[in-house]
Amino acid sequence: MATAVEVHDLKAWFGKTEALHGINMAVEAKHATAVIGPSGCGKSTFIRCLNRMHETNPEAKSEGTVRVGGVDVYEMPAVDVRRRVGMVFQKPNPFPTMTIYDNVAAGLKLNGTHNRKILDDIVEHSLQQAALWDEVKDILKKQSGASLSGGQQQRLCIARALAVSPEVMLMDEPASALDPISTAKIEDLIFELKQKLTIVIVTHNMQQASRVAEFTGFFLMGNLIEFDKTEKIFTNPSDKRTEDYITGRFG
Amino acid sequence: MPNRNISLRRQMTDYFFTGLAASLSVIVVSALIAILAYLVLRGAGSLNLSFLTQTPKPVGETGGGMANALLGSVMILGIASLFGVPVGIGAGIYLAEYGRNRLGQLVRFTSDVLNGVPSIVIGLVAYGLVVLPQRHFSAFAGGVALAIMMIPTVARTTEEMLLLVPHAVREAAFGIGIPQWRTTISITLPTARAGIITGVMLAFARVAGETAPLMFTAFGNQFWSFSANQPIAALPLQIFTYAITPYDDWHRQAWAGALMLVILIVGTTTLVRFVFMRRMLGGAR
Repeated sequence: MATAVEVHDLKAWFGKTEALHGINMAVEAKHATAVIGPSGCGKSTFIRCLNRMHETNPEAKSEGTVRVGGVDVYEMPAVDVRRRVGMVFQKPNPFPTMTIYDNVAAGLKLNGTHNRKILDDIVEHSLQQAALWDEVKDILKKQSGASLSGGQQQRLCIARALAVSPEVMLMDEPASALDPISTAKIEDLIFELKQKLTIVIVTHNMQQASRVAEFTGFFLMGNLIEFDKTEKIFTNPSDKRTEDYITGRFG
Repeated sequence: MPNRNISLRRQMTDYFFTGLAASLSVIVVSALIAILAYLVLRGAGSLNLSFLTQTPKPVGETGGGMANALLGSVMILGIASLFGVPVGIGAGIYLAEYGRNRLGQLVRFTSDVLNGVPSIVIGLVAYGLVVLPQRHFSAFAGGVALAIMMIPTVARTTEEMLLLVPHAVREAAFGIGIPQWRTTISITLPTARAGIITGVMLAFARVAGETAPLMFTAFGNQFWSFSANQPIAALPLQIFTYAITPYDDWHRQAWAGALMLVILIVGTTTLVRFVFMRRMLGGAR
């Protein structure tokens, strides 16, 4: 078992408010790790620290170490970190002025890859990985990414993130804005993707966490209360607060 | 059981306010239509081929036209846009993407003040900046004056339009490792394009009719001039010159000039929209 992301004593602030109080976590490579907890517990902030998206907020700062593949993310340029650690957001956010093709190719094109053959191959491969290829292969360069349905848009965003071949994929409630069928498709996708890369998924839906993730961390008020195998968290948690949360007593 | 009186009252209120809004819109539109109609009525008769091809005739001779003034306006506005639009858009980008600091506040405040400075004062500034050092009036000086007037409008609309682009779009770009400058050029700006073009056209239309700042910069010219370095005629100047004379023929030409100016503005605006909007995707909006 290898560790893909190693988090040590991670603290994060918004202005003067401390949102994370020293998180330690070792994320297993090529597995899915779920992050659960009530709203405002810091789970989104946590995963946004893993690819340095947290600091794009001018008020925000963070402290501690996050190692991806053994390298401290704060020692490399933020843009390189984000190519190695991709992200899918809660609401599908395709680039509205771009075609489906350009949406997927954006990460490569805007960083200097212009070889048509390479781009074509990567676009097709990424869309296939995101299980969207068959639905869009005839309208790739004709329609805008924004013309797709919500579920398709989210898979397009996954394809766009995959196109820069990240080692880790962060998903911030990727299915919470989608209908049950689209949600099921995203979950199937997570199963496929974790054969090849590491997934960290934030979710409000505990059934979803138990379906897709081998490991689960429970956050509460900026602390990681418990981190263990998903089965253990949901059947026999060691902490009273975890038990209260998963049995629906608060949150 | 719904109370019938309340529902009737609500319906009447609804009718009243819908009617009020509709009639107010009619007032706005009819002001525009009235101006246009009156312009056409007074100006269309004199808007003939010689008006579009000839230069002004000396006093006493009938005929002649404003061809040189039309060209002059096009040149001055071209020069103004050449300087004003890039500077304005650049400043707008700074304000929206980087300007959450003291410098940003300063730029915002100055540009709002600049927007309120009377146009004749801007003309004086261009006179001091360009005409005095060069020791002669020029189309270039007129362009500089109008460019200064365009900058605040373009900058603030660009800023507002960029801020309307959802933060999620920028995050999507950062999330796949696209640097911030690249995101601005290739993703945020194109997303805000329609609004920015509207802002640019608004600024263009506003300065196209300016007369005062041209009086001691472009100065005016009764003859053809093709040089940016020489005094040049402009439609608003020519309209002003003709309108204050006692000659009926020149009055008619002034009306035709005014109509021509409106056609120039509407034509440019439509053309720019057509050219830039067509490049937007069919599927998106």
